[in-house]
Amino acid sequence: MNDVLSRWQFGVTITYHFLFVPLTIGLALLVAVMQVLAYRRQDEVWERLTRFFGTLFLINFAMGIVTGIVQEFQFGMNWSNYSVFVGNIFGAPLAMEGLLAFFLESTFIGLWLFGRGRLPPLVRTLSICVVSLGTIVSAFFILTANAWMQHPVGYRIVGHKALLTDFWAVLGNSTLWAEFSHTVLAAFVTGSMLVLGVSAWQMLRGRQPEAFARSARLSAGVALVCTILVIVTGDVQARLMDSQQPMKMAAAEAVYRTQNGASFSLLTIGNLSGQPVFQIRIPHLLSLIATLSWNGRVTGITGAQHAEALRYGAGSYVPVLWVTYWSFRLMVGLGFLMLIASAWALWLSRRGAPKSFPRRRWTLWALVACIAAPFLANTFGWLFTEMGRQPWVVYGLMRTGLGISPSVSATDVALTLAGFTLLYTVLGIIDVVLMARAAGGGLTGGEGEPPAGAAPGAQELVY
Amino acid sequence: MNGPVASLNTAWFALIGVLWAGYLVLEGFDFGVGVLSVVISRDDIDRRLCRNAIGPIWDGNEVWLIVAAGATFAAFPLWYAAMFSGFYIPLFIVLAALIVRGVSFEFRGKRDSPGWRAGWDAALVAGSLIAAFAWGLVFTDLVHGLRLSHAGLYLGNLWGLLTPLAVVGGLASLAMFLAHGAAFLSLKTAGPLAARARRAAMWLSPPAGALVIGIAAWLAAGGSHGPGGLSAAVPITLAAACGVAFAASAAVLPAGRDGWAFGLSALGILAAVTAVWTALFPRVIVSSGPGPSLTLWSAASAHLTLVVMTIVAAIFVPLVLSYQGWSFWVFRQRLTRPVTQPAPAPERPPAAERHRRG
Repeated sequence: MNDVLSRWQFGVTITYHFLFVPLTIGLALLVAVMQVLAYRRQDEVWERLTRFFGTLFLINFAMGIVTGIVQEFQFGMNWSNYSVFVGNIFGAPLAMEGLLAFFLESTFIGLWLFGRGRLPPLVRTLSICVVSLGTIVSAFFILTANAWMQHPVGYRIVGHKALLTDFWAVLGNSTLWAEFSHTVLAAFVTGSMLVLGVSAWQMLRGRQPEAFARSARLSAGVALVCTILVIVTGDVQARLMDSQQPMKMAAAEAVYRTQNGASFSLLTIGNLSGQPVFQIRIPHLLSLIATLSWNGRVTGITGAQHAEALRYGAGSYVPVLWVTYWSFRLMVGLGFLMLIASAWALWLSRRGAPKSFPRRRWTLWALVACIAAPFLANTFGWLFTEMGRQPWVVYGLMRTGLGISPSVSATDVALTLAGFTLLYTVLGIIDVVLMARAAGGGLTGGEGEPPAGAAPGAQELVY
Repeated sequence: MNGPVASLNTAWFALIGVLWAGYLVLEGFDFGVGVLSVVISRDDIDRRLCRNAIGPIWDGNEVWLIVAAGATFAAFPLWYAAMFSGFYIPLFIVLAALIVRGVSFEFRGKRDSPGWRAGWDAALVAGSLIAAFAWGLVFTDLVHGLRLSHAGLYLGNLWGLLTPLAVVGGLASLAMFLAHGAAFLSLKTAGPLAARARRAAMWLSPPAGALVIGIAAWLAAGGSHGPGGLSAAVPITLAAACGVAFAASAAVLPAGRDGWAFGLSALGILAAVTAVWTALFPRVIVSSGPGPSLTLWSAASAHLTLVVMTIVAAIFVPLVLSYQGWSFWVFRQRLTRPVTQPAPAPERPPAAERHRRG
């Protein structure tokens, strides 16, 4: 019972945390770009846009930090066996994330936010760039830890512990670099789709359409480039997965039979047991994705199960198929939706286009609706990669059920699961309401304007 | 299981002590300011001044906790696993407290409603109060001793953690952080608000030191489970130093030496953490049976992890200290009330006003 509840708690809290994380990484980049544009061009409009989107960034940043501490503590609290088993390797990137990334982010965000009128504009501009850098470094280290769970390297097992033997192997893990590029680019897409959607909303309401057309153009450009790269890196990841975790690839497709020239199932109606009622398939595509060749061999679930049972002993090594099958499809589908949306928005807002973008109501409403797309795609992507690894917590080395804290009772876990769910729900509602209010507000003062009522030289009351 | 004293294990035990001390000294005054932001304020501007005094730095202060926990995980996996699973419910409460106080900074000013602001003020007070109490409780328990299994995991339940001594330990850290926060506010604000902060610091500092001395004396008199590797005189001396630092902090305040007072209360907390660490050494969690105490050898990582972490720490800890110090320097100025918002009429004449340095 403890393992089921602890898994639910980790699932709920990490899914929630990861709504804020990609948005923070993405918005940090876009706000930094806007701040640089404002500084380089001495441009009041970019300054106002920086401040406007900076507010959205800060609301999320706070939520991202506080929910992140929960994740770090939870390894020890709910997964003490896991922590002892992997701590030698897994703990190091976690500590480095704090030391190299979180200190940068938190200190320089304070300098950027409170430094208005106190630091030279160049230093303030560089501060937000450092924050953006910090968010990316942070992603690298936490994914170092995650990639090791997907594809452990640079270790040996002594007793009941995995000991580090080669730190460079851990940092050079092929899975890490595929995951890192894919995740960070997806985070940039998340930030830019939010900026695009909010800009569209502002244009719909007729508020400073010229200013928001600028942010729309910038974000559509970033979203388009990054979405293309997310698709490319996703494809690289799929091939790695096919060789490193064949069961996961097979589960993504719910294909049972190992085959050459496998087709890709676009959707299936009926059950996923191998006898579907109705499905749409694209010939040879799965072989292309998994092996880059027209008639490549793709391992099926039955084959993967047989191979793992031989290697690790009797038992089921098949993850929950409806989760892996649908989350993979939805992730990919949403990715292509964002590709079309950002390309269309960029085309409409291109230089020299008719100035009709702010009046295309249907397009703008569609872009507002697309704000949800990256959040759903991120969530489905992680559900797929984490649930697709089951029953392993560390692939091939430790089963999830064995990682729990034996000294914590199921009652205690039930209590905290309920507590986190309640607290997160309340804060989530408040956060969305505040974000919506901030996103619907107007543009306010730039760098040059002292806040109302401030004495000369006095520090602004930010909070 | 045992090993040489002069080793990377000892160095990491010390470094983790430095990280926890850094965390408790820095977020300690945040917690104090959080509680006092309502207690010593007379109006909304006062409360905002208190929040803004820690506004640019609270988040960086909290990162010390993340790094301390991460370093414990990396260097002493079993210590991390046993401590965090052992204090399951208290740490859940700490997390909830840190969450509500953390978001209160951004959320409070986003709606113009007195009820809304009062709600987030309460979140800051409650969150700060609970966390300030909890850390004292946790570290007192680690020194005092917990029922550990042979695998090194905690065997009791929540009530086993809430011993009378641990509760006194919680009160001690609460008092230290309140005094430290009050000293910080007297340094960072001006006028009647600073005067009230100064008075609060003078009242809170002596009991804070006295509680720490009391706990150390009780443990030295045989309250602890088995001796550590160092003479019992070491932690006792450090606890006494903590008491002296807090007494001195209170003593220099009437002369308006706010910077000194803050530095002394910081030293007091540092001495208290060092007392805990020297009392523990070479153990990391004292066991009251049936299993043995966890030590910095039995709980440690393999050599290579410690080497890698040592190199990383040697490069980045000084770097972090320098830019965080620079940030403190940038925001060193006292916060004053906006000119359009004069202070409300004091309910009684501010006695300490004459000591203000301006």
